[in-house]
Amino acid sequence: MQKFNAFNLAAKALRGHKGWDKQWRSPEPKKHYDVIIVGAGGHGLGTAYYLAKEHGITNIAVLEKGWLGGGNTGRNTTIIRSNYLYDESAGLYNHALKLWETLSADLDYNVMFSQRGVMMVAHNVHDVQSAQRHIHANRLNGVDNVWLTPREAKAYCPPLNISKSARYPVMGAALQRKGGTARHDAVAWGYARKASALGVDIIQNCEVTGIDRAPSGEVTGVQTTKGAIGAKQVGIVAAGHTSVLMEMAGVRMPLESYPLQALVSEPVKPCFPCVVMSNAVHAYISQSDKGELVIGAGTDQYLSYSQTGSMHILQHTLDAICELYPMFSRMKMLRTWGGIVDVTPDRSPIIGKTPVDGLFVNCGWGTGGFKATPGSAHVFAHTIAKNEPHPINAGFTLDRFRTGRLIDEAAAAAVAH
Amino acid sequence: MLLIHCPYCKSDLPELEFANAGEAHLVRPADMSDMSDADFADYFFVRDNPKGVNLERWRHAHGCGRFFNAVRDTVSDKFLKVYPAGEPRPSDAEVKALLEAQAEGRKDGGSGA
Repeated sequence: MQKFNAFNLAAKALRGHKGWDKQWRSPEPKKHYDVIIVGAGGHGLGTAYYLAKEHGITNIAVLEKGWLGGGNTGRNTTIIRSNYLYDESAGLYNHALKLWETLSADLDYNVMFSQRGVMMVAHNVHDVQSAQRHIHANRLNGVDNVWLTPREAKAYCPPLNISKSARYPVMGAALQRKGGTARHDAVAWGYARKASALGVDIIQNCEVTGIDRAPSGEVTGVQTTKGAIGAKQVGIVAAGHTSVLMEMAGVRMPLESYPLQALVSEPVKPCFPCVVMSNAVHAYISQSDKGELVIGAGTDQYLSYSQTGSMHILQHTLDAICELYPMFSRMKMLRTWGGIVDVTPDRSPIIGKTPVDGLFVNCGWGTGGFKATPGSAHVFAHTIAKNEPHPINAGFTLDRFRTGRLIDEAAAAAVAH
Repeated sequence: MLLIHCPYCKSDLPELEFANAGEAHLVRPADMSDMSDADFADYFFVRDNPKGVNLERWRHAHGCGRFFNAVRDTVSDKFLKVYPAGEPRPSDAEVKALLEAQAEGRKDGGSGA
């Protein structure tokens, strides 16, 4: 693997940048691997990377139905934060946030992590109480989060409309200064490049069509469109398609898959300094380094695998954006798209073992998995390598729906994350 | 936005009038106190999440207010059938016939329901 540094950049520049290697290999699948990861998004590629780097397991294949990073990793609004209410969630998302801070150096790949701050706006008394409860819980858990008055919020984000007569009046905001954004594609590419260099086979255009099990029940491999591939352990990291894959192993999941949409505007000069989320009116907005406003909308109300959502969902979000930031009212939107998100009943992910020996699952990230990418991959790799969960993901079991030990962020925030 | 046929109002109406109400034909257990935790979790939390034909409940919330059931393809988002609550679950054979009819409609260039 060629390193990205000033010396190499200068040397390659002299040859017109013709001498760069491909960033990852595209091998044909072998007959057998120690570990197969199904799904080459950020979480799956990261899992392979940490298995290779921290646990010395390099005989790994990452199988991808389409192209790597082409699912929800490439479709989200790239917001990173860790201001969750419950101890388990704070532990998991803050673990991810710490890994984000060193990820570019670790991967030798600029993931453009920018800690520009994530502000969550409160529009009514309930929002204020809920946000302040989150702030206190966060501070006990060592997660930075502070309360801003409307004036302070306006100072932090000048485009915000704090007029008392606004349709959605701003009564204050919770600010996580360490939150921000990262370049989503670069996360997938960076993990893929480094994992490939460590010996991981990334096999694209290879759809898993079945999961093979021995008579005694344990996993022996998978059936794919490129033939049967054996494996001692299989990790499913397939977001919206998790239910479909787990069904192949005879496991029904507490998941429902919904389309979630996002959109970007035409690029404009820097005008929006941070990330602002409004859960009450469901509008998330930030500005990319390219200058586009990146806007997150909501989910449709029905199950779907179509990767498209309805127009009225976008319209609802844009109505709110125009109320909160009147200066964007004549901005043109360039592109909209949808991803399929797998939502659990308590809106917390499932990371761990399954009733099938050798089969592991990392799913249920719902509408907010991107922020957790490095943390999720790191603890999932530990779970697969040690055949037991890392203390950080110990509570995020599939079994919690039987025992009743939910991590109920759904009730805590009253919206999907 | 979906165009949904309400089987009571007998007309195609915009999705905004309707509320999706999850999986259809779930039967509330008669005596929950006798259930094992695993069975309860299965009833309470686990849902069908098929890529393909889904049987689901809808409510005409901003219309007649009544619940009905629908057979819908979660890949194309198209409704294959709607029927009043209380009617029996369509058989696998019927669902297959509905899917074939939809595929025929596509071949003819029709947009389906």
